[in-house]
Amino acid sequence: MEPLLRVEDLRVELPTRRGLRPAVDGLSFDVAEGEIVGIAGESGSGKTMTAMTLLGLLPHGARTSGSARFDGRELLTLGRRQLRDLRGRQIAMVSQDPSTALHPILPVGTQVTEHMRHHLGLSKSAARAEAVELLATVRIPDPERALGAYPGQFSGGMRQRIAIAVALAARPRLLLADEPTTALDVTVQAGILRLLDRLRRERGLAVLVITHDLGVMSAVADRVAVMYAGRLAESGPRAQVLATPRHPYTRGLLDALPHPEAADDPARVALRPIPGSPPSLGDVPAGCPFHPRCAFAVPACATDRPEPVPVAAGHLLACPPDPLPRDGAAPVPEGAPA
Amino acid sequence: MSAGSVQAATVTTPDVARAARAPWRSPLALVGLTIIVGWLVLAVLAPWAAPSDPLAQDAAILQAPSGAHWFGTDELGRDVLSRVVHGARISLPLAFVLVAASTLIGSVVGAVAGFFGRWVDSVAMRLADLVFAFPGIILALAIAAALGPQLRNAVIAVVIVSWPGYARLVRSLVLAARTSQYVVSSRLLGASGLRTLFVDVRPNIAGPVLVMSALDIGNAVLLLSGLSFLGLGAQPPTPEWGAMVAAGSQNFDRWWVGLFPGLAILTVVLAFNFVGDTLRDVLDPRTARALRE
Amino acid sequence: MSSADSALPVPVGRPRTRASRRDLWRFLAKRLVAGAFLCVGITLVSFVLTQLVPGDPAAANLGNRAVEDPAAVAAFRAQYGLDKPLPVQYAVYLGKLVRGDLGESQQSHRTVKADLAEYIPATFELALFAIVLSLLVGVTLGVVAAVFRDRWPDQVLRVVSLAGVSMPTFWIALLAFFVFFYKLGWLPGGGRLGPALTPPPRTTGMFTVDAALAGQWGVLGSALEHLVLPGLVLATYTVGMLLRFTRASMLEILGNDYVRAARAKGLPERVVVVRHVLRPALISIITVAGLAFGSLLSGTVLVETIYSWPGLGQYAYTSAKNLDLPAIMGVSVVVAAVYIAINLLVDLLYGVIDPRIRLS
Repeated sequence: MEPLLRVEDLRVELPTRRGLRPAVDGLSFDVAEGEIVGIAGESGSGKTMTAMTLLGLLPHGARTSGSARFDGRELLTLGRRQLRDLRGRQIAMVSQDPSTALHPILPVGTQVTEHMRHHLGLSKSAARAEAVELLATVRIPDPERALGAYPGQFSGGMRQRIAIAVALAARPRLLLADEPTTALDVTVQAGILRLLDRLRRERGLAVLVITHDLGVMSAVADRVAVMYAGRLAESGPRAQVLATPRHPYTRGLLDALPHPEAADDPARVALRPIPGSPPSLGDVPAGCPFHPRCAFAVPACATDRPEPVPVAAGHLLACPPDPLPRDGAAPVPEGAPA
Repeated sequence: MSAGSVQAATVTTPDVARAARAPWRSPLALVGLTIIVGWLVLAVLAPWAAPSDPLAQDAAILQAPSGAHWFGTDELGRDVLSRVVHGARISLPLAFVLVAASTLIGSVVGAVAGFFGRWVDSVAMRLADLVFAFPGIILALAIAAALGPQLRNAVIAVVIVSWPGYARLVRSLVLAARTSQYVVSSRLLGASGLRTLFVDVRPNIAGPVLVMSALDIGNAVLLLSGLSFLGLGAQPPTPEWGAMVAAGSQNFDRWWVGLFPGLAILTVVLAFNFVGDTLRDVLDPRTARALRE
Repeated sequence: MSSADSALPVPVGRPRTRASRRDLWRFLAKRLVAGAFLCVGITLVSFVLTQLVPGDPAAANLGNRAVEDPAAVAAFRAQYGLDKPLPVQYAVYLGKLVRGDLGESQQSHRTVKADLAEYIPATFELALFAIVLSLLVGVTLGVVAAVFRDRWPDQVLRVVSLAGVSMPTFWIALLAFFVFFYKLGWLPGGGRLGPALTPPPRTTGMFTVDAALAGQWGVLGSALEHLVLPGLVLATYTVGMLLRFTRASMLEILGNDYVRAARAKGLPERVVVVRHVLRPALISIITVAGLAFGSLLSGTVLVETIYSWPGLGQYAYTSAKNLDLPAIMGVSVVVAAVYIAINLLVDLLYGVIDPRIRLS
């Protein structure tokens, strides 16, 4: 059976002053029911645009190709009306910053119930009852009272819970979580991630977590896809990708993470930023887009576009030189200071 | 990996591209500029362009428009077209003078208030609040009436009503600039307060003030002609547009007496507003930021 | 991980309200004090203006014959306190003002207070009609312009709003009078009621309201009919102003994340625009409506004159024309006070309807 969401060779082009430029280029991944899949990458790697594409909320003038099938239906060619019926009801989104994603002057109750009533045809009181239950699920204290309050009256972590409640209100099957924890501090972050984990276990919710933070991934994701400049760098089961990354970019992202628990391990203690910055839209280098920042680049990287190929069961890699050791140890590129 | 990484790639939408074009390529501004230039030329050439003397009462009174008098004649037998053309020599220069005076007074007051702060600021801004407390024409009416019905006094009244807007704008710009990096460093390098004000701050406030002035010219024309319409500005037989519309309201069944001078006011005001509105779009900080990216 | 679920920290926190309500009161008290200061300032302005008038009030009021008699002049000056120093004169003026004594109109030979009591309701009725009309039309068109941003309806509405604010009020009043009253005869061209009708029994002084209260439907109809032309003319400027402003504040809100979030919820576009965009935009629109009301009051001076609407505007005009200073000063003081009160009301409303101000 086909998974709930299957994205194949997705390409999204956005209008810029110099014409259409690809923001997502040849991306493929699946999300099954009850599964949490993470898409990782720096800002501008096309993660958010992927989510927008699935919701049909791309900016005016954008062009898409490839395929994104949800429950067997092709999202890219769906009509406006059908897309709208799908949004919120089947595919919901929790976006980056709860302080800007919740409406500042609408009561929480309205924001939780309005689409619930629209999509599910619930009465006002039924929707209210369900909203109370939902807010309790996401652990908002005194949910009855919270319904009449405004987002400004809650802390950041609480707002993110409310945002998740809003997203879950119309009982969607797929949740797109765009940097769901970036704006939060670490303890609150853990709470939100556990909440997501519980929801997928209890409700069979499929979750696509979009984040720049591999730490978030390692906590919850079943499978991980790493994107760079709109293209897939590497994807596979979480443990495999994060423990033994094969793409230099994935390695770089991991090295950029602080590892307090690995302080004894001299190979992992260094917090090494990746030199340079990701290319801007429409300014993507030829060949492998990562090659200007890559310590392992060979001449072919500057000319040949790497395609993702399977390197292990369910593990795709778009890096033909495949230079990294298989034991997950941090490599020392030639010429690097010891 | 930087935690405070910047928001995902900026999406460039078509309107940014449109705004990126120079303001004079906006059709609205182009129409506005054409009309303004047309009126200016007409004002300069009025003695030659007008078919007859605007004060000569040598035709039959209240004649409908005809080949001899395109815009008809007024209640004293004067040629309306000639009076409308000559009216440009009054309204346009006065509008510029008015706005220039209000801009100057307002900018100086605002700059001084913003730069010296404390009681100077309080006094200046309370004074501005006071003027703002009156609906424009009511205060102008009271001032013009108190000073006596004369065009000169009407101009003074309009200036008194208009300067506070500039004072507020310039004050806020100076306050913003005063704390900015380059001004602070200029002060640290030993530049005097006034020198900083003129050399470092002035260039940054010129743009917004200019837009406000451009947008205000239309208002000045409206306010001044309104006072003249009420008999508190230009006195007979001056061919001032507002006063001419007033004559038209005395003879409202002879539509041409009031229609044409009013149309003149409308076109001038509209033209300035077309230009001002386009300028505002282009210089709007949000649009401007989008342009830089 | 399953056991960790129960360890999820339950955040403590409850909507805060009491402290913020105190802030709201402080905000309002501050505005009230500022308003009071402005009112005092206004009296100062109007007092200074009366002092500016060239010529001797004694001569103006006693006539030529009496001026030749120094005793009469001195008596006059003593009677009106003109022999006292200026600050004392101002104090006296202020004292009278507080008692509602605005002096006597030189044209009507009634007290300015009596004149104003008669004219204020008429103008208030007209201005109210015009502001409601402009809010309805201006806000609706502004929403349309924002939704169709940069497409042809927006372009057309841009010209419409600019034309609205560029229109000389007195001229459009004259044109409308000529076309709809004189040529077509569709609407009455002046006054507040048809000539055969007597005004309804006075409760508010606004004919439409009083007629409705008294159940005089014929009078109500006529009063409404008489409101249409001056009301429409008065609204041209404010429609343009509100249209432009509504568009701008709608666009500002449309760019927000929470609007995208509302769309992501699959709500119909209509709901997104009205509930999620227009509602917050209205908060800033009402502040501008206060400004718009001020420009309406300005407009009444020009419009009432043409439609012989017996209100403040016409009174101000005839007073200015006849240099009837007590009357002019009375009008400006009253109008400025009303304007300040309206802006205060707007601040209040602002505090009441915006939960961010009300609660945070």
